[in-house]
Amino acid sequence: MLLVVEQFLNGLQFGLLLFLLAAGLTLVFGIMDLVNLAHGSLYMMGAYFAATFVAWTGSFVLGGVMALGATLLLGIVLEFTALRHLYGRDHLDHVLATFGLILFFNEAVRLIWGPAGLALPLPSWLAFPVTILPGIQYPAYRLAIIVVALLVALLLYLGVMRTRIGMLIRAGASNREMIGALGINIKLLYTLVFGLGAALAGLAGLMQAPILTVQIGMGENILILAFVVIVIGGIGSIRGAFIAAIMIGLIDTMGRAFLPNLLRQVLNSASASTAAPALSSMLIYLLMAIVLVARPEGLFPANRR
Amino acid sequence: MAEPLLRVDNLVRRFGGIIATDHVCLDVSKGEIHAIIGPNGAGKTTLISQLTGHLAPHAGRIFLGGRDISSFPAYKRSALGLARSFQITSLLTDFTAADNAALAAQAHDGRHSFRFFANARKEKPLRDAARAALERVGLGHRADVLVSKLSHGEQRELELAVALATKPQLLLLDEPMAGLGVTESQRMVKLLAELRNEVSIVLVEHDMEAVFALADRISVLVYGRIIASGKPDEIRQNEEVKRAYLGDQHVVVGHG
Amino acid sequence: MKSQLNVSSVVAALVVAGLVLLPVYSNLTGNIFILTLFTRIVILALSAVSLNLIMGYGGMMSFGHAAYLGIGGYAVGILAQEGIGSGWAQFAVAIAVSALYALVIGALSLRTRGVYFIMITLAFAQMAYYVASGLARYGGDDGLTVYKRSDFGGPINLGNRVQFYYLCLFCLLAVVALVWRIVNSRFGLVLQGLRSNEQRMQAIGFPSKRYKLACFVIAGMLCGLSGALLANNTDFVSPAVMYWTRSGDLMVMVILGGMGTLMGPVVGSVVFLVLEEVLSQLTEYWALIMGPLLLLIVLFGRGGIMGMLGRLNRG
Repeated sequence: MLLVVEQFLNGLQFGLLLFLLAAGLTLVFGIMDLVNLAHGSLYMMGAYFAATFVAWTGSFVLGGVMALGATLLLGIVLEFTALRHLYGRDHLDHVLATFGLILFFNEAVRLIWGPAGLALPLPSWLAFPVTILPGIQYPAYRLAIIVVALLVALLLYLGVMRTRIGMLIRAGASNREMIGALGINIKLLYTLVFGLGAALAGLAGLMQAPILTVQIGMGENILILAFVVIVIGGIGSIRGAFIAAIMIGLIDTMGRAFLPNLLRQVLNSASASTAAPALSSMLIYLLMAIVLVARPEGLFPANRR
Repeated sequence: MAEPLLRVDNLVRRFGGIIATDHVCLDVSKGEIHAIIGPNGAGKTTLISQLTGHLAPHAGRIFLGGRDISSFPAYKRSALGLARSFQITSLLTDFTAADNAALAAQAHDGRHSFRFFANARKEKPLRDAARAALERVGLGHRADVLVSKLSHGEQRELELAVALATKPQLLLLDEPMAGLGVTESQRMVKLLAELRNEVSIVLVEHDMEAVFALADRISVLVYGRIIASGKPDEIRQNEEVKRAYLGDQHVVVGHG
Repeated sequence: MKSQLNVSSVVAALVVAGLVLLPVYSNLTGNIFILTLFTRIVILALSAVSLNLIMGYGGMMSFGHAAYLGIGGYAVGILAQEGIGSGWAQFAVAIAVSALYALVIGALSLRTRGVYFIMITLAFAQMAYYVASGLARYGGDDGLTVYKRSDFGGPINLGNRVQFYYLCLFCLLAVVALVWRIVNSRFGLVLQGLRSNEQRMQAIGFPSKRYKLACFVIAGMLCGLSGALLANNTDFVSPAVMYWTRSGDLMVMVILGGMGTLMGPVVGSVVFLVLEEVLSQLTEYWALIMGPLLLLIVLFGRGGIMGMLGRLNRG
């Protein structure tokens, strides 16, 4: 019971992080029709920025805010210098060009911060366990991630559903020609959306940083998961991304936690401990394949063209 | 009466709340040119797409030569002798005119295309069939030109040649005159008139002069419903047609 | 095809001539390293050629092509470990399993289109990656060492560097010739027609899906062959050869060289891998140059190297 609750919360927390990453990705994809493999690099940069700025300022919050700003800025610069020239091009061109960006970012990080990876210590004021249910404790920091991510998700939801700019974003995600017809400054909207996506990715990176090691390539693994999320959710759909992210987060985490024991019932323990992580990683892709075979445009297709 | 070549029985297709095809019934006899006219948005292309299998109807049946083809995919209907031309020219633009027609012939020469080694461009029967189809529409001299380099009028003619190369029983022509100049239109009318003895034609067209010159029978489609069907003279006289369609356009004959 | 002595054909011919003469150069200069490097290049060029068949000619953007490298490799590795050393058996299994995998994956993936197709092929390749990681008996994550190269009997000895290189080159050129025949065959014309306009092809009577699936399977088999060769080259196979970035590499090679051109993927592989090698010797931070270079190629070099050479010819 204790373990189940804990793993459930872990899964929720991971799913929410995935959502932060996927939200930007799905918006950029839905609105600009841009496949951005380098989105994971922004996540990585967020984590590196955070590790640097926190060490520099000595304050987790201040460093975090600075890292967020830096990622936002980086996103805008990236959009301005490179990615905006890719709009309207083939998806394949996107894949190739942003693949090049991944190489660039990984190498730049290695050049600046070295190959070893960084550690970002937990902020001391969050480094204690919280009793969430009688007899069940959970780290405050992870709870904080859940709270912050939920808040951001709520803000994003309200922003997209209730504001004028959100309306434009939604309109753009389901029908790209429409925003052009409305006479909106599309270039500015695009830059804004991209910057927002970058900041969300950076936020995910910086919040994840104290839990994981900050290292090169950390963006790639999670990027693919984020892509799985948006494909399952339906490209351009924030709601779809949210539901799919939570699903993937829970399946991945619970699978890792409980499959080894389940497998040990049928396999010898050595094989089980090798097979279990592989099998639980596979579950996600299996889910995606099943969803796509049944619904070739994801669960909540936003593009009705 | 003998079974018509094409029989459409109560076909229904909706898009969201809109009924684009509203219980359409239609007969086309062998050797007939049957025109379908109607204002823009009447659902003509939607109807054609259901006949060819590119769009699934929500209800109703389609019979070709007495055989229920309602559930057949597009390629199977083509194999049974149903050919279409597209309203918006839809050719293989990075191929030559001859390649386009030869592929159509290749799909219908009775041999499958899982042949991986022999050079298909050297198969004489296919090339001959393609050339014949091109000659038929007056494109013989443009056989080796890339489609993207053909003029719009030539592309419309090639649409027809590709359809002919499938050796169809029934041609579904979706606005073959669209975007053609006066002389080009006249050439197309002459061409279709010549084809009358070889193949049955369902002709969707806005050019009323062409329609009344060619059609044996005309069906008038308005808001997805066929409001009248009959000989050209009957349609000309039909009060409902005048009101619903012809009347407000002021053009029956003499439209350029 | 009219005979044309254009720049791109000349470049393609020079690349082939260079590949054929490479062992001579290696022998004269005693530079063994370059032979090892080019053996790898030739093998990966083979997989790029196979990917080009589906991507360039079939218009199917598969982002999971590296899976076949792994399947081919593990066929060799697993059979070798289980005591079946015959190259004939190993390669036959490599190709057969690749075909089977392609058949299943293709049948499911071809239900989707566009980006969803890109992503579902990626998902299946990642599944294959994790399956391999979970094979405890065959090294799991760490991979599997192939202690003995495939044994084809007779005079064929894969242990001999030069012989192995020429065998790989022979396979590559044979596959290029095969693709050339396919492209101009009935099947190839249908395939390119489908790339150009699938609806039109259905309207003139082609059941599109089965042709695409057949193409997917052929490409999978060819890449499986390449995987079997690769395992022999490195004497090792690990899940890493199937990782999605490897599929990305293959796509880059194809696009860099020129999608939908016969020799494009070969040229692309040579340029990409040589560049990688040269840059990594120049500077430890080679990817810092490689990355933006890719971006520039996409932005300014449409149609890849062969496309650019073609324009050179016309302009």
